[in-house]
Amino acid sequence: MAEFKEDVSIVLGGAAGQGVQTVEGILTHALKESGYHVYANKEYMSRVRGGINTTEIRVSSRRVRAFVKRIDILVPFKQGVLTWVRDRLSENTVILGERENVEDEFLEKVNLVEVPLTKMATKVGSQLYLNTIAAGVIVGLFHGDFKAVEEYLRRRFGAKGENVVQKNLEAAKKGYELGVKLCEEGTIAVEVQKDESVKDEVLLTGTEVAGIGALAGGMNFLSFYPMSPSTGVSTFAAQHAEEFEIIVEQVEDEISAINMALGAWYAGARAMVSTSGGGFALMSEALSLAGMAENPVVIHLAQRPGPATGLPTRTMQGDLNLVLYAGHGDFPRIILAPGSLEEAFYLTAEAFNLADRYQVPVIILTDQYFVDTYYNLPAPDVGKVKFERHIVEAKPGYRRYELTEDGISPRAVPGYGEDVVVANGNEHDEWGDITEEAEMTRRMQEKRAIKKLKTVRRNAPLPKLVGEENAKYLVVAWGSTLHVIEEALDKLGRDDVALLHFSWVYPLNPKTKKFFEGKIVIAVENNITGQFADLLKKELGVEVHHRVLKHDGRPFSVEEVLDALKGVVE
Amino acid sequence: MNAPTLPTGREAFEPKRPTSKDVAWCPGCGNFGIRNILISALAELGLKPSQVAIISGIGQAAKMPHYINANGYHTLHGRAIPIATGVKAANPKLTVIAEGGDGDMYAEGGNHLLHAIRRNPDITVLIHDNQIYGLTKGQASPTTMVGMKTPTQPWGVFEEPFNPVALAVALNASFVARTFMGYFKESVEIIKKAIQHKGLAIVDILHPCVSFNKVNTYAWYREHTYWMDDHDPYDREAAFKRAIETDPLPLGIFYINKKPTFEENVSAYRRDKRPLWQREPKLDLVERFFESKKL
Repeated sequence: MAEFKEDVSIVLGGAAGQGVQTVEGILTHALKESGYHVYANKEYMSRVRGGINTTEIRVSSRRVRAFVKRIDILVPFKQGVLTWVRDRLSENTVILGERENVEDEFLEKVNLVEVPLTKMATKVGSQLYLNTIAAGVIVGLFHGDFKAVEEYLRRRFGAKGENVVQKNLEAAKKGYELGVKLCEEGTIAVEVQKDESVKDEVLLTGTEVAGIGALAGGMNFLSFYPMSPSTGVSTFAAQHAEEFEIIVEQVEDEISAINMALGAWYAGARAMVSTSGGGFALMSEALSLAGMAENPVVIHLAQRPGPATGLPTRTMQGDLNLVLYAGHGDFPRIILAPGSLEEAFYLTAEAFNLADRYQVPVIILTDQYFVDTYYNLPAPDVGKVKFERHIVEAKPGYRRYELTEDGISPRAVPGYGEDVVVANGNEHDEWGDITEEAEMTRRMQEKRAIKKLKTVRRNAPLPKLVGEENAKYLVVAWGSTLHVIEEALDKLGRDDVALLHFSWVYPLNPKTKKFFEGKIVIAVENNITGQFADLLKKELGVEVHHRVLKHDGRPFSVEEVLDALKGVVE
Repeated sequence: MNAPTLPTGREAFEPKRPTSKDVAWCPGCGNFGIRNILISALAELGLKPSQVAIISGIGQAAKMPHYINANGYHTLHGRAIPIATGVKAANPKLTVIAEGGDGDMYAEGGNHLLHAIRRNPDITVLIHDNQIYGLTKGQASPTTMVGMKTPTQPWGVFEEPFNPVALAVALNASFVARTFMGYFKESVEIIKKAIQHKGLAIVDILHPCVSFNKVNTYAWYREHTYWMDDHDPYDREAAFKRAIETDPLPLGIFYINKKPTFEENVSAYRRDKRPLWQREPKLDLVERFFESKKL
């Protein structure tokens, strides 16, 4: 008998097009509704059909938000899945499924619990129901609330007609009964406590929080060119465009996308573009226009491994240097990288205030791992979102680039006030007209690259410290690795190791330096060189003593971080 | 409320700022004529500088925002059209003009022009077409005639010139015209109609480059153009036939096709007519979204 307690990691694997995502949807929703903490993340190949895609779903008694390598229950929908996840299998892994989907070499090494999914599906009417049955089996293992499955299936398939809903319900029910039976006859035992409060929580993905955060920040214009893994945010915005009365336009290329957004901001909109590294590369020309013209813009960049096309559907924190240095000439920018879904909501909303206030590009860095992550959380507090508008009226004599002490010129928009607003990508005087005068050039360069940057830097929030202030070791992380490291540190269970997480990545407040004094600093980054570690050195003169890096296009797992940290700390 | 203190009419659009009278165009440049035409058109339409936004790319033509008193954004080579599209989309109450040369609109910005025709924002695109690159000192442009020798095409241009008018008609653009800036009154009328037209209006404005184009001079344009007096701009086939004539070049409005604009197609203005800058986040809908995520 196989027994799983407290925290179960279930992995489903199949070909693209086999409905692994449907199972993910049913399971996360139904199990969360049943009162379990859930987490899900997927990895997928860059193709429309075939290949192997897997989804990990963690079901737990406690809040879980991180990827683990360990697989407790594996449901393979085709041959090749076991080989693909070979290094994640252990002697405790249970393979739940059909014998034909298990390669011969594994038959003697794994615990195979045979369930005739195909036969059951055919009985319901078609092979198509296989994934619904599988989802039913797993909900059954947890004695989950079948009503939640029903609700989900009705919502998901309602538009396809009552017959499709009924067939899926029948399939789910058959699976559910089998799951319950597997427990009753003692084949598999799962023991995860329910937490009733989970039912009142929301289930969100990184994509959704970035999208809804932008809407909460007043985004009313989004232009984009599709590119994995950023497209989800644009899709989200498009699907809410009518309701929120905003403009979402798929344009001819990324160059057009960002220029349109610049035009929209110039006229007072709150515009965003959503892209990935390759798309952002095309935007760097307009990024320096934003810098020179002091034109606000918000850019969401979901990172994937590069260079060039790299690995389109995989993950990496490899574009920090790109966004730090993109564009020619010196101009300030703000780089944000949320670690949690809550943070992504508030930060994305705040990005619009920041762009508006400082009149600089604000870049929100996520990555494939982050945007494809699901978990339950208390609904973010919308009341905490502040809407700040920094627009002035163009009164007679208005100067768009008025020289000020803090480097911020009051920004008017065309059509508000009697006078005109002249913006310019050439070096300009205070009115916005071209100048080649040396003194004015010097003052304008100073205004943008020194004074304004200083203002932004001074107001930059400090990173979040998790753990003891006087810990000997300081693990440094940014963006999407937050929860994986948190869980690894929890497992490590040592008071002398703390975590410093940066979701405001650049520019860094000089006060940040105090966190590092006298510490042994360990940077954990999902890239090959440690781009953030280098930035710490450059910005703050901080020495990073150890770099834990991963660069195979996959996210860090809790186990990997734990092992790596064990290797570093005594 | 402040009483209006700024001038109106033609005077309103004359340069006013400290350096905006320091014009960088060569003496005799066709751009002066285009500026006069544009100022007259804007004034005759009864517009105010604060209602007009001139978005330009890079090059001599693109310096226009500095020499006309109106809202302006001098941007990047080839990018005036997407920026102007964004401006109009954010505030449809503005009269938005995208302006640039033949390099701006037909070379670097060629792709944007194609897709602007598909998107049909209600903007006016004025192309200062002097068939040469002036500011970079005389290289061939997409509209340079075959055989012209330049410092960078010393063997003579062999690429077939771009035909913007035929292209626009072929793509079913909303408004397509060509004029020669040497004809002041006619050009003012065409540009007024282009601005008044609801939808994307493309006006190819022929003008000489007195420094680098010794072929297409004022006299050349007068000799090699004619006005279409008997043309029905609502007849697309007839427009296309005229568009592919090369010598003499027809002038006038080739084609008008009334269709919904980009701003009319987006849902942002269906109920709410306010420009985007006057709007606030719909936090109640954000709340409702989270509510729906509880299942």
